[in-house]
Amino acid sequence: MFSCGTSVVPSLEPILLKHGNDAGQLLQILTDVQQAFGYIPPEAVNRIAAHLNIPLARIRGVASFYSFLKLEPHGEYRLLFSDNITDRMLGNQSLLDEMCRQLWLQPGKVSEDGLVSIGLTSCTGMCDQGPAMLVNGRVITRLTPQRVREIGDLVRRRIPLEDWPAEYFVVEDNIHRAGPLLSNPFTPGDALRAALGMGEAEIVDAIKRSGLRGRGGAGFSTGLKWAACQQAPGSEKYVVCNADEGEPGTFKDRVLLTRQANWMFEGMTVCALAIGAGRGYLYLRGEYRYLLEPLQDVLQQRREAGLLGRDILGHAGFDFDIEIHLGAGAYVCGEESALIESLEGKRGIPRNRPPFPVTHGYRQQPTAVNNVETFCSAALALAMGVDNFRAMGTEKSSGSKLISVSGDCARPGIYEYPFGVSVQEVLDDCGAVNTLAVQISGPSGICIGPNEFNRKLGFEDLPTAGAFMVFDDSRDMFEVARNFVHFFAHESCGFCTPCRVGTSMLKQTMDKIAEGHGTRHDLAEVENLDLVLQTTSHCGLGRTACNPVLHTLKHFRPAYESKLKSLDFEPAFDLDGALARARRMTGRDDAGAHLKAEDV
Amino acid sequence: MSHTFQLDGANIGFEPGQTVMQAALAAGHYIPHLCYHPEFKPHGSCKLCTVKVNGRTLASCTMPAEAGLEVESNTDELNALRRTLVQMLFAEGNHFCPSCEKSGNCVLQALGYDLEVHSTGFRHQYPDRPVDASHPEVLLDFNRCILCELCVHASAEVDGKHVFALAGRGIEKHLIVNAESGQLADTHFSVNDKAMAVCPVGVILRKEVGFSQPIGMRRYDARPISAQALEDAPRVPAGDSHE
Repeated sequence: MFSCGTSVVPSLEPILLKHGNDAGQLLQILTDVQQAFGYIPPEAVNRIAAHLNIPLARIRGVASFYSFLKLEPHGEYRLLFSDNITDRMLGNQSLLDEMCRQLWLQPGKVSEDGLVSIGLTSCTGMCDQGPAMLVNGRVITRLTPQRVREIGDLVRRRIPLEDWPAEYFVVEDNIHRAGPLLSNPFTPGDALRAALGMGEAEIVDAIKRSGLRGRGGAGFSTGLKWAACQQAPGSEKYVVCNADEGEPGTFKDRVLLTRQANWMFEGMTVCALAIGAGRGYLYLRGEYRYLLEPLQDVLQQRREAGLLGRDILGHAGFDFDIEIHLGAGAYVCGEESALIESLEGKRGIPRNRPPFPVTHGYRQQPTAVNNVETFCSAALALAMGVDNFRAMGTEKSSGSKLISVSGDCARPGIYEYPFGVSVQEVLDDCGAVNTLAVQISGPSGICIGPNEFNRKLGFEDLPTAGAFMVFDDSRDMFEVARNFVHFFAHESCGFCTPCRVGTSMLKQTMDKIAEGHGTRHDLAEVENLDLVLQTTSHCGLGRTACNPVLHTLKHFRPAYESKLKSLDFEPAFDLDGALARARRMTGRDDAGAHLKAEDV
Repeated sequence: MSHTFQLDGANIGFEPGQTVMQAALAAGHYIPHLCYHPEFKPHGSCKLCTVKVNGRTLASCTMPAEAGLEVESNTDELNALRRTLVQMLFAEGNHFCPSCEKSGNCVLQALGYDLEVHSTGFRHQYPDRPVDASHPEVLLDFNRCILCELCVHASAEVDGKHVFALAGRGIEKHLIVNAESGQLADTHFSVNDKAMAVCPVGVILRKEVGFSQPIGMRRYDARPISAQALEDAPRVPAGDSHE
C-alpha cells in the first residue's frame, strides 16, 4: 500500500484514467492518490500537473486546502482523534495522551521511523458513540483506554488496517425514536411513479404545497428552489446532494445514508425529473468514506431495477444517473457554493452571490443543491401524498425532523419527531437530567439555558439542522464555547480577512482567558471581534463563528468572569514563569530570582 | 435617470453590470478598498469596502448595482469596522513600514493613515515567512502579503503564466509560486509581468532600484488614498453626468 521509494507513476495511470483525465476531477484524483500512497508524493504532483496540463501550484493549493490530503508523508498510520466537545466530554484528551505515551510521540509529529502520526480532527459525526478516531480515514468508535492500548500495539506490529478487529469499525445507528422517514413503508420507485404521473411543473407545485423546507439548516423552500432551477436557462442541469455533514454534533445524515440511501437517491431522481437534470452528484464527507461502497451498491441496484440510468421506469428520454464524490476534510464545503467549487476540483471557497447555484451552479449551470434529509423528505412527501406530509409538524415547518442527540444523557442517538417538539420533550426522551444547557444546531446554531427549554424545534422558533448537544450542570460552558471557537478557526477557509484573522484571534483570546491571563479588556476584544465577524464575513461560517461566544456570554457570563483576573491589563504570558528556565540554569530559586507581584 | 442608487445620500448613476464600487468610483465617490483593482473582476476578499445596503452589510465591490438601493458607506460604524480589518491585516503579517521599500506607495499603509489606524490593536502574529530572493531581478517578501490575490489573477489572466497561487487554509493560507522548487527563479516570471505591477503592498519588489524614489515624494505622500484612488479609477466621460 505504501510504496515509498518505488516509483509512483505506474500506479497513477489507472487513477487518472478512472477520472477521465479531467482537471475538474482533481480533488477525486488527489483523494485516490492519498489513499494509495498515504500522502501525495511530489512525483505524483508533477505527473498530474503534466497529464492534466494544469499548474502544479494549483495542485498544491487544492491539496493543502483539505485536512485529509497531505503533500508530505504523515506516517503509515495516521491517527486522528475526533475533537468535538462531545468527544472531549467522553475523555478523548486523556486517550490521546495515552496513545502518545504508547507510541512515544508528540501530537502533530511523525515518528522518526515514519510509522505513525497522531493528531486531532474536527467532529467525525460519531458523537453518539464516541470518543471516535480516524485511522487512515477509517472511523473507529467507542474508544476506551483498553482499545487505545490495543491500537498502539497493532500499529507497532505494523498489522494492516484490514486485519484489525472488525468490532472497532462498527458504527451503530442508535435509533431511539422513528417516524415516517426512518420507518418508511414504501418501496423504491413509489415516489418516482407518483412523480411520473405528473408534469414537471406539477411536481414542483406538489413540493411547494408540501411546505418542505431545506433540512440543512437554512430552511429555504425546496419547491421554490426547484422551481427556480426548472425555469433557469442552461444546456445541462444538475442535482447535487449535500452529504457533507460537518456541523459538530450532527450525525442524522449518517443514519439516513446507512438506512435510507435508496430513498435519498429517489428524491434526487424526482428532482432531476422536475428540473430536467441528466446528472446528479452525491458529495459525501470524507469521514463517511466507509459508506462509499454500500452507497455504490444501492446505486447499482437502482440501475438494475430501472430506477436510474436510461429511460427510467420505461419513460423514454428520462435519463439520469448519480456519481459519488468524496470530500476530504473541510467543513466549509457544507456551504452549497463551496461544495460546488469542491465538486469542480477546486479549493472549497464560497462563491460570491448573486448569481446563485439555481442559475449558475456546477460548471456554471443551473444546479439544485439539497441536503440528504431534504431529498428523503421530498420523496416521502410524494409517496405519502403532500397533504398527509403537510399534516405533520407545524404550519411553517411541515413534516418530521431527525434530531442527533449527544452529550450528557442516558440515550444518545437519533430521534425523529414531527416539527414543533419542545426541547424539554427531547431531553425527557433521551434521559437527560440536571441539564444546564443545550446547543441547538451545532456551534453555528444557538445555545439555550433551562429557562428556554419550553421552546420548540421548528422554523418558527428554533430552526435546526439536527444537532442537539446536551450539557449538564457539571460542565463549564466557557470550555464548550472555547472548543467551538477552535473548531471555527481550524475550519475557516481563509478567503476573507475577518474570518481568516478574526477566528484565529478569537481562539487566542479565549485561550488566554482559559490560561488565567484574561481581563475585562479581553472580554471587550471578544465582543469587538464578534461584531466584525458577524457583519463583514464572506459566508455563514464567519458570520456564525461568534455565536458560541455570544450565546454563552449571554447565558453564562459568570463562567467567563470567574476566569478573569480583576485587572484592567494582564500580559498574555506569565513574566515570572518566563524566568523559570533561567532559574533552572543558574540553580537559583531565591527571592531575587523572582519577580515580585508589584514588578509584574 | 432610472439607473441610479443612493450612496450616503448622493445619486449615483450606473451601467447595468456594474457593481456598487465600480459605479461609485466612476461617479467620483470613494469607498475604501484594498483587494479591488479596476482592471480585474472583483472577488471581495479583503472586505474593506463593506457597506450597508438596506440594512445588510456586504462587500460593495461584488454587490451588483441596482436601481433604488440605499447604500451607506462613510459612516462611523462602517469606518470603525474597516479600521479593525486594517488592524487585523497589520497584525497578521510582518509589516515594518519604516524599513519597507514600498512605504509611501503602499495601499495598506495609505489606508491605515486615511482610516486613522493608530495602533495594531491586536497581538501580532509574527508568522514565519521566508523571503524568496532566488530571482535575479525580483525579490518576494512574503512577510507583507495580505492575500489580496491580485498577483494570482494578473499572472493567470493577463500574463498567461499562472506564476502565483494560494495554498493552505484559514490563518495558514499563503501565497506560493508555480515551480517544483517553490522558487520564483524557476518560473517564467518577468519584471514586465502585470503581476509585478499589481501588488498593493511590498511583496513583489524590483531588485537594485530600491529607494530610488525618495520617501516623501511617493504616491500617497502627496495626497491621501481616498483622493488618489479616484484619480486611478476609470471615470465617466466628461459631460455625461449622472447627478
